[in-house]
Amino acid sequence: MTTPMTETSRGAVTGGVGDSPVRPDGTLKVTGQFAFSSDLSADGMLWGATLRSPYARARIRGIDLTAALALPGVRAVLTAADVPGAGSYGLEVADQPVLAADEVSYQGEPVAVVAADHPETARRAAARIVVDYEPLPPVTDAEAALAAGDIFRHVPVRRGDAHATAEVVVSGVYQVGMQDQAFLGPESGLAMPTVDGGVDLYIATQWLHVDQRQVASCLGLPVDRVRLYLAGVGGAFGAREDLSMQVHACLLALRTGRPVKMVYGREESFFGHVHRHPALMRYEHGADRDGRLVYVKAHIVLDGGAYASSTPAVVANAATLGVGPYEVPNVVMDAYGARTNNPPCGAMRGFGAVQTCFGYESQMDKLAAALGLDPVEIRRRNAMTTGSVMPTGQVVDGPAPVARLLELVRDRPAPLAASGDPREWPGGVANTTHGESVVRGVGYAIGIKNVCFSEGFDDYSTARVRLEMVGGEPVVLVHTAAAEVGQGLVTLQAQIARTELGVERVVVAAADTTVGSAGSSSASRQSYVTGGAVRAACQAVRDGVLARLGARAGPADGLRLAGGMVVTASGVAVADLAEVLGDDPVEETRQWRHRPTHPLDPRTGQGDAHVQYAFAAHRATVDVDVELGLVRVVEIATAQDVGKAINPQAVLGQIHGGTAQGLGLALMEELRVVDGLVRNPSFTDYLIPTILDVPPMTVDVLELADPHAPYGLRGVGEPPTISSTPAVVAAIRAATGLALSRVPVRPEYLTGAV
Amino acid sequence: MDFLSPATWAEALAAKAANPDALPIAGGTDVMVELNFDRRRPSALLDLTRIGELTEWGTDGDLLRIGSGVTYARIITELAHRLPGLAMAARTVGSPQIRNRGTVGGNLGSASPAGDALPPLLAAGALVELASTRGVRRLPVAEFFTGPKRTVRAPDELIAAFLVPSHRGPHQFAKIGSRNAMVIAVCSFALALRPVTGEVGTGIGSAGPTPLRAAQAERLLADELPWRTAAVLPEAVVGRFGELVAGAAAPIDDIRGTAAYRRHALSVLARRTLRWAWEEYRREGP
Ligand SMILES: Cc1cc2nc3c(=O)[nH]c(=O)nc-3n(C[C@H](O)[C@H](O)[C@H](O)COP(=O)(O)OP(=O)(O)OC[C@H]3O[C@@H](n4cnc5c(N)ncnc54)[C@H](O)[C@@H]3O)c2cc1C
Repeated sequence: MTTPMTETSRGAVTGGVGDSPVRPDGTLKVTGQFAFSSDLSADGMLWGATLRSPYARARIRGIDLTAALALPGVRAVLTAADVPGAGSYGLEVADQPVLAADEVSYQGEPVAVVAADHPETARRAAARIVVDYEPLPPVTDAEAALAAGDIFRHVPVRRGDAHATAEVVVSGVYQVGMQDQAFLGPESGLAMPTVDGGVDLYIATQWLHVDQRQVASCLGLPVDRVRLYLAGVGGAFGAREDLSMQVHACLLALRTGRPVKMVYGREESFFGHVHRHPALMRYEHGADRDGRLVYVKAHIVLDGGAYASSTPAVVANAATLGVGPYEVPNVVMDAYGARTNNPPCGAMRGFGAVQTCFGYESQMDKLAAALGLDPVEIRRRNAMTTGSVMPTGQVVDGPAPVARLLELVRDRPAPLAASGDPREWPGGVANTTHGESVVRGVGYAIGIKNVCFSEGFDDYSTARVRLEMVGGEPVVLVHTAAAEVGQGLVTLQAQIARTELGVERVVVAAADTTVGSAGSSSASRQSYVTGGAVRAACQAVRDGVLARLGARAGPADGLRLAGGMVVTASGVAVADLAEVLGDDPVEETRQWRHRPTHPLDPRTGQGDAHVQYAFAAHRATVDVDVELGLVRVVEIATAQDVGKAINPQAVLGQIHGGTAQGLGLALMEELRVVDGLVRNPSFTDYLIPTILDVPPMTVDVLELADPHAPYGLRGVGEPPTISSTPAVVAAIRAATGLALSRVPVRPEYLTGAV
Repeated sequence: MDFLSPATWAEALAAKAANPDALPIAGGTDVMVELNFDRRRPSALLDLTRIGELTEWGTDGDLLRIGSGVTYARIITELAHRLPGLAMAARTVGSPQIRNRGTVGGNLGSASPAGDALPPLLAAGALVELASTRGVRRLPVAEFFTGPKRTVRAPDELIAAFLVPSHRGPHQFAKIGSRNAMVIAVCSFALALRPVTGEVGTGIGSAGPTPLRAAQAERLLADELPWRTAAVLPEAVVGRFGELVAGAAAPIDDIRGTAAYRRHALSVLARRTLRWAWEEYRREGP
């Protein structure tokens, strides 16, 4: 035993839970050094290209590959007939063909893939494939599809009296356009055939193991012969939950025996992933004279497009969260996912909670207007709190500071009037106004989101943690399969290890499928679930260390690891880690699950379906040129409860980014689909906010611990994107007096020149 | 694809004459997008960036002569006083990176109805100078465009420069986009008052197959503006001007906006820019 000393005399670990250590990829990304999946290369590599359907719906009468195969440098041209395993895949339902066989069901559906020595050769070969299509009339109207019974899922929710009546009733029909995740790193990856007849796939994805399962199934290979390694991910936002080029690259690699790389172009990327569901929502809200909600009736139609993707889960979210963070005694809710020949829709940040928030928050403002109440006041009167009951019957047992979040944004000082700098007017430097017709408006909104996977899904993560001496210093190695998609998960895993094991040096191994599944980097769940798994594995390692010490030096109760030492509860060092570990690492792997959830009753929608609820509020201030219909968001104040800010800087980053994405949906982001055909598959016309569109933001972060969650944390990624859209629209309504029932709000909606 | 990289203007003209299919490339901000999107597969690129004289500007008698290779960034920093309308338009082009690379010559070469430099050139009464081994010709910019992305430029010709009467009078430019930066114009409007001659120039962008002039609107102002007294603008003239500008446009419904919105917005921009220009005139005198 060494002389007892306190941990502080050896220096407490920095960069633990609650700190904001520098992220390892930060400088690389800012300086352009970071290797994204599109930067991968291998010796002897071929390039893949995809031939896609130009039609929203057509029968395939024949495919002639002759001209493509005749092109020098072409190594393989594959169609549906060449898929050795399952012909289809999907996250929830395996209904999406790897390559279309007899019929194409949306514009951009893959029909054939080519491998060639050069990407240009591959593209030219793809263009030489002759597909004999017989175009068929596409189904492009979701309500018509619904009427015809083309439904992926219907989720009803019934609470209380379906025939309740109220003194004040407001109703409305609201529409949300098709938003795209618009990540900057297009779909890409590299497949390498292996000597065992399998394949190694280096890929940008959100969930390695769900890709592995689907890829192996389509290749007809056992899962252990398909190994996935996470390549640098250039953003995700839900668009990497479904497969894109994964199976195609592996098919080509296995066929040619060569590494095959595929990288989508920007335009192709818009056809290569699912989008946010467009929504058509009918709401009726009934309230008493004091503005207390008596009932909500809602009919929500989400356009799922051609294939199921995650539509069933998105529909469940829309249904269960569709009245918002309010106490509503009587609910009649029906949410549907329709099957059409529009582009497939699936996961995108907010996942069904975004669309409905625009609906119910628009209704709350309408109700406030009908009652002559302030918009914050009507929300406070109905705000749920801990103990409130959701329309599903689930009791909200964690913190639910709905009223407080609203008060926080309300009480922020109002932003200043425009200074006269042209960049501050609507239209910016484009010189459309010098203040003429500019009217300011303020709007509020609050939203609710479930965190983690729901409805009884076995939602877990796996972490392997090893503590060992390297060069005389204790080092922790953390290995999970969790996908860093830019949110800062690598940093967070290291922070947890530092805090739990009191060791400064932590190495986070690259994510791959040689360790168990971490689940998806979606549903705001990774800090919670992979964070929980890393903590559990660290605690097991600590117990292992203490057991070793106990075997030598007697009972180790109440001891912990800090500053590279074993210390007592009061911080007195009793042993150096170097002594306890020697040359023998302690390694533990743990699977970790959050508390179980339960399915919804298919008739009543009752059930404890969700793990945790998260809330964020926004106040938007806008200046509108009411004559030209141009909008500039002046400021956004937001407040969010995050339970515990594991990394405060990353929390702010998520809140800023999510809020900006919601602003984009309010004002400009829409993939325009006409007769099933995408009209703007490029960043020339799919507009996302620039730095001159995103205003200064004030952020209030509450840390009200959730006793069920690791460190009390609450998922952060999605809530900020949910309520910023309706807050911006409410502000425009306040400035213009217009009803505005559809987002994105286009200039012509504000001038009547539609 | 060949890459021709002449070092002098004479070599460039010779190369174009020998390879009329070669695609000139200046800043490349349009050309590279077309190549990347596979919209064009030229047999050769003719790089103009080594030719120093294309990046020069100076006077030519009464006129300012600006080389086709002068970038937006330089229009803003070097020519804002002489060509205020064009400089206002240049500030709205793309992002700083695009303004550093992109040239007015390239905007003329692309001849997109949405080219932001074009309405101010129309309003200013600019000339385009075309050159080939056969010789040099100058023509009014209004006669340069023949349709969407089509011009009178012959296959062996290059754009050498554009020429503008040196600025005497207020200029304005305003552009509608559906975000506050980095956006293709939904529509745009340029106005130039020429108090010395009592003339008015206009240019309409993104509301027709080519950039357009509003000739009737120009005549209205030439006749009705109280040039000598610099009196307050009659509201009726302002309103009528807006109507005539909107009427001169030939917009369509497309992904970026409706025809009705474009007409409406043009009438608003016409009225606003006229008021701003007239205020300037009253402040600063003829
Ligand atoms: C991100 C982005 C944003 C943009 N934003 C805007 C915008 O806001 N407003 C706008 O108007 N444009 C915009 N553009 C388009 C483009 O920047 C402009 O049209 C620019 O003026 C093109 O100039 P350039 O020098 O890059 O031309 P290039 O791309 O080099 O050439 C354009 C065309 O002109 C021809 N050409 C060039 N020079 C000559 C010459 N001397 N003689 C004959 N032909 C010639 C070329 O062959 C080609 O057809 C944007 C482009 C991008 C990529």
